[in-house]
Amino acid sequence: MNPGRRRALRVLAGTASATATVAAAPAHAARAPKQVPPEAMGMLYDTTKCIGCKACVTACSVANDLEPDRGPDGLHLMPLDLSGKTKNVIKLYREGDKVSFMKSQCMHCVDPACASACMLHSLQKDETTGIVSYDPTYCVGCRYCQMACPFNVAKFEFDEAVPRIVKCELCRHRVGDAKLADDGGFSRYTRGHGPACCEVCPRGAVVYGKRSELLAEAKRRLAANPGAYVPKVYGETEAGGTQVLYLSHVPFEKLGLPDYGPQGVPHTAYTIQEGLYKGFAAPVALYAVLGAVLWRNRKKGPDGGEGVQS
Amino acid sequence: MSTHASVHREVGGPILTPSYRVLLAIAALGGVMMLWRFAAGLAAVSNLNDGYPWGIWIAFDVVTGTALGCGGYAVALLVYILNKGEYHPLVRPAILTSLLGYGLAVLAVTVDLGRFWELWKVPVFFWRWSHSPQLEVALCVATYVLVLLIELSPAFFEKWRKSPDTGLRSFAEKGLAFVKRFFVWILALGILLPTMHQSSLGTMMLLTGPKLHPLWFTPWLPFLFLVNCVVMGYGVVVLESHAAASAFGRRRETVMLGRLSKVAMGVALFFVAFRLADIVLRGQAAALFSWFGVAVLVELGLLVAGALVLMSQANRRSPSQQALAALLLVVGGTVYRFNVYLVGFRPGEHWSYFPAVPELLITFGIVALEIALYVAAVKTFPILAGEPEPARA
Repeated sequence: MNPGRRRALRVLAGTASATATVAAAPAHAARAPKQVPPEAMGMLYDTTKCIGCKACVTACSVANDLEPDRGPDGLHLMPLDLSGKTKNVIKLYREGDKVSFMKSQCMHCVDPACASACMLHSLQKDETTGIVSYDPTYCVGCRYCQMACPFNVAKFEFDEAVPRIVKCELCRHRVGDAKLADDGGFSRYTRGHGPACCEVCPRGAVVYGKRSELLAEAKRRLAANPGAYVPKVYGETEAGGTQVLYLSHVPFEKLGLPDYGPQGVPHTAYTIQEGLYKGFAAPVALYAVLGAVLWRNRKKGPDGGEGVQS
Repeated sequence: MSTHASVHREVGGPILTPSYRVLLAIAALGGVMMLWRFAAGLAAVSNLNDGYPWGIWIAFDVVTGTALGCGGYAVALLVYILNKGEYHPLVRPAILTSLLGYGLAVLAVTVDLGRFWELWKVPVFFWRWSHSPQLEVALCVATYVLVLLIELSPAFFEKWRKSPDTGLRSFAEKGLAFVKRFFVWILALGILLPTMHQSSLGTMMLLTGPKLHPLWFTPWLPFLFLVNCVVMGYGVVVLESHAAASAFGRRRETVMLGRLSKVAMGVALFFVAFRLADIVLRGQAAALFSWFGVAVLVELGLLVAGALVLMSQANRRSPSQQALAALLLVVGGTVYRFNVYLVGFRPGEHWSYFPAVPELLITFGIVALEIALYVAAVKTFPILAGEPEPARA
């Protein structure tokens, strides 16, 4: 092996081991799982109580001042799915005589992938209430949040020249200066200040309150009605936990709620990203190594080369 | 820095040839479509939707376009880090290709961003920065475009120092002196930044979690993207050199490119072996026997085919076989990136995406503009190696 080649290999080995050290760092410091915020607010939807009246769909459209999502007749509000005009939708699942309604809106994840994707915290999780909110002021419209959302909730106004991201924000604009109070056994904002969908529901199929209380209520229903439900509260742990919880009498997959594991969606990406860029130490170290190698290669070039020059 | 006799020379000759006018026409058509998009929104020109919010502009123009722009990075690694000065004549054209690849990726991003007018806030509002891998990509790519411009600037200065204008001459001399003085540190940035953002382009898709098929979802995604961009970078350098030789009737750099091809072959085979080992070790081998598996086999098969061509020494010495192998490697690398960003991305059964005609016209326009700028640059500025081919080691 000629000296030039040996030297080149040595440099390569040095750079590679430096890179490997940097890359190995995150493996030892895996990101801690996100905890449910202390005053996390949420909703509990129970398929056995929902009659599919869609009063919540109308109430949501009105409360959020959304442009009516008209159906094929161009006349009536009849959204088929969540969209740039619809933050909340009711769908029907039917297989034979097995029937269930399903309510879709933002799940307000404990570890939201959309907020992790967002560059300038336009999408942000409130540290107290855990509500994932949207502020268009810092949104560049990249739609990375849509790519990241495991429930396909975040929607975008593709047909607008000045578009925005559209998603349920748990009617945070209605809260105002309202205070949490005991109301029907749940700690929640007084009437007119909470999520419109929950307030209008005639059957109590969807209720809102503190997540901890809703989770306890869901478990109470499961215990009190054995056999009536799939024995699981969806959202307790799925995808790191969500603040909107579901009870269902049909398998959750049939409602479009996939069987996600207990890990938050951002876990892998953030373990790597925060590991590599913590304190910006790794890039600075690599820069120093590269600079040193280049500085050394600057004058003498083996192989009849000319050293470092443009 | 070659303040001494430059090894680079402008090609010269008229720029506005008939085929050049065709390129400009395609670029202009793309420009019209862009105006339409800005006036009427994304849905007017594209098939982007709430299930597939990213389409060909991101998968091709940005994610693949920057990898095609990794020639500068891949060759710089070889020339400056491994100290293989023999490849030095390839550096400047590779840097130009990189600058165009990255610069036009930034243009494509601007077209794709729904609220592009807010983009200036990303570098400015640093107290709002998140840990999003995309933020890393955005800041890093923007900086890298500036670094590439500085790396290429000696080509402009060498031209301008011969200008009759005294002011321009003294500016060029000062510029050359500046670049010469700080070249090591600029170059180190030019290697650091692609290492960062090319790997982050892989990390980005890790954030799609369960929506990315397990054949592609691996914690090694950032590393695979980095290796992939090196393969594509070498491939592009070989293709670019042969294309320039054919188009401008120049002597081919066959011997040098043969050796470079051997390096590319090694990196490509490493990529294939690493990828397969990763799939098997994560227990996803069974998934290879599905339609998604076919996509993986296409992606890896093209790389293996390219490497097989280069196994034979006779082929490595043949310009046409070099070009064929380089094309296979570049297309294989491209398919990998498309697989991660589009094919392996599964928002749900009811969603579908195929680019609309105006959407494609914008991409074609950007590619045409890229080629047009390349031709104009090498004809005007000393970028390609001067003839005859410099002494070989």
